[in-house]
Amino acid sequence: MRRFKDRLAFWLGALCAVLAMIPLVSILYNVLQKGAPTLNVDFLTSAPGVVGQAGGGIGPAVQGTLILVGFTIVIGVPLGVLSGIYLSEFGDNSIGRVIRFLNDVLAEFPSVVIGVVIFTLIVLTFKTFSVTAGAIALSIIMLPIITRSTEESLKLVPNSIRDASMALGIRRWRTTLSVVLTTAKSGVVTGILLAIARVAGETAPLVFTILGSQYFFSGLSSAMDALPLRIYRLALLPYPYAQAQGWGAALVLILMVLVVNIGVRLATRGRLYSTRSRA
Amino acid sequence: MSDRLNLQKLLEDLRHPYSDDIFRYASLVFAASVLVIIALSMVVLVQGAYPALTKFGVGFFTRTNWDANVGFGALPYILGTLVTALIAMVIGVPISLGIAIFLAEMAPDVIRVVVSNIVELLAAVPSIIYGLWGLYVLRVYVANYVQAPVQNSFGFLPIFSGNSYGLNFLTAGLVLAIMIIPTVASISREVMVSVPTTQREAAYSVGATRWEVVRMSVLSYSRSGIFGAAILGLGRAVGETMAVTLVIGGTTGALALPTSLFKPGQTMSTILVNQLSEAESGSLQLAALLGIGLALFAIAFAINVVAQLLVWRVLKVQGGAVE
Repeated sequence: MRRFKDRLAFWLGALCAVLAMIPLVSILYNVLQKGAPTLNVDFLTSAPGVVGQAGGGIGPAVQGTLILVGFTIVIGVPLGVLSGIYLSEFGDNSIGRVIRFLNDVLAEFPSVVIGVVIFTLIVLTFKTFSVTAGAIALSIIMLPIITRSTEESLKLVPNSIRDASMALGIRRWRTTLSVVLTTAKSGVVTGILLAIARVAGETAPLVFTILGSQYFFSGLSSAMDALPLRIYRLALLPYPYAQAQGWGAALVLILMVLVVNIGVRLATRGRLYSTRSRA
Repeated sequence: MSDRLNLQKLLEDLRHPYSDDIFRYASLVFAASVLVIIALSMVVLVQGAYPALTKFGVGFFTRTNWDANVGFGALPYILGTLVTALIAMVIGVPISLGIAIFLAEMAPDVIRVVVSNIVELLAAVPSIIYGLWGLYVLRVYVANYVQAPVQNSFGFLPIFSGNSYGLNFLTAGLVLAIMIIPTVASISREVMVSVPTTQREAAYSVGATRWEVVRMSVLSYSRSGIFGAAILGLGRAVGETMAVTLVIGGTTGALALPTSLFKPGQTMSTILVNQLSEAESGSLQLAALLGIGLALFAIAFAINVVAQLLVWRVLKVQGGAVE
């Protein structure tokens, strides 16, 4: 009986694992099968057609996602890396603990709320949907992820390396920037890449900030399209062509996100850590 | 040449006795941005929601109307969020725990690596793609293989009434269940792995089977951490937006009250997506929407604080490499 229970528990556990795999397999299968036929250069580069008529592409969305992610990196990466440096190198005190705690809270925060805050703070104030507002919202989502992964990577650097550098008379700040950060480089970069993959797929904050558009980029202070937004707008349309284009756009987005994720996982095999859970 | 340069830099460093302090405080300023963001968010939302909160008072959270003439109430959306999150927890948490136990205690190494990577990938899929999949794939299955048979047999019960499109609370809850699995599974697995080996060995040494070890040593030892993981999953389910928006239907007012599993509805996050960007500046509707945003902020904040405290405490006891 006890043996039987043991076997049962094993197979139940295995069953749960299989159950969790079904959605992933189904998602990948559907996105590939329904998205692939739509995909071609024209689809990727041309602007959307007239609503309700087949034709057109997702050019502005692809361009918009690249611009938005680029802008977000410019704001979010320095902010996150320096916060991580503070927590790792100077954060062993009560301020550090409070910041670390709030950082973890913010990391799990609903992105829609951050979108609402930026909408109220920036979009309503300047009376226009803008790329800038979108990039700020995404930076806030990116910040805690990078802070955490940077802190964890820097903490893995042995103290002997810091001591060695300080013993040469090199000041603490230069030690941190030139020695510690360089040693932990691969971990920091990994965290940044995973954070980029995460924000590239964010949709909810974009609905209130960059809004979406039929046209290509036209300045930082106007509305713009992005891939996740385009998928959302297409999904709201009742036409078969919109469904096909939605799957096509989803395939492009999932390729971007999964290529980064799988690439990072392969590159860091063995010393794997997750940016989502606190490791 | 480079030696000379380094020496020069060294001398420069020495000439700035405050450079370390400057660096330290500069990085503190960046780190403190988290504080600023959270405080500012609270202020902005309270300020924006103020007109609605003063006009409707507590009634804002108990009214069901959603109409400029009659007034705005948040009750249906708060209940909608609770119901979908509850469905997600009931389905998602047991599966996640099964996965966590399997990965932490039972699976052979090869399977462990493969499965844990797949679970991580599940976390990497963007929310909007879950939404698209829920809308075009899962919804059809729910409508044909869950809703139709249940309604044929038990359709007279109010809790199973509704149309047959599959855009309803159940589909939304199912999508959420899938989406919280990576969070709950990976964190509870970490908590289980952090149980000291001596605990397991003690049980093994008196002849326990693997399952008995899990039950007696691992689960009882890591209970509060697992609870924390489940709460983090709840936080994710409460805040999840796009996937739910596409499958829940999006009704407003009393129609959105979750009276049936197979009825379309609305959650706090979905009504924001559906209405906020079109709300008129200065209108009462905008203030009401920001009030919902404020409530969502407060709920998510509370949930995450509790969860972090629970998970943190457990993982911190082990000290060392974990934190």
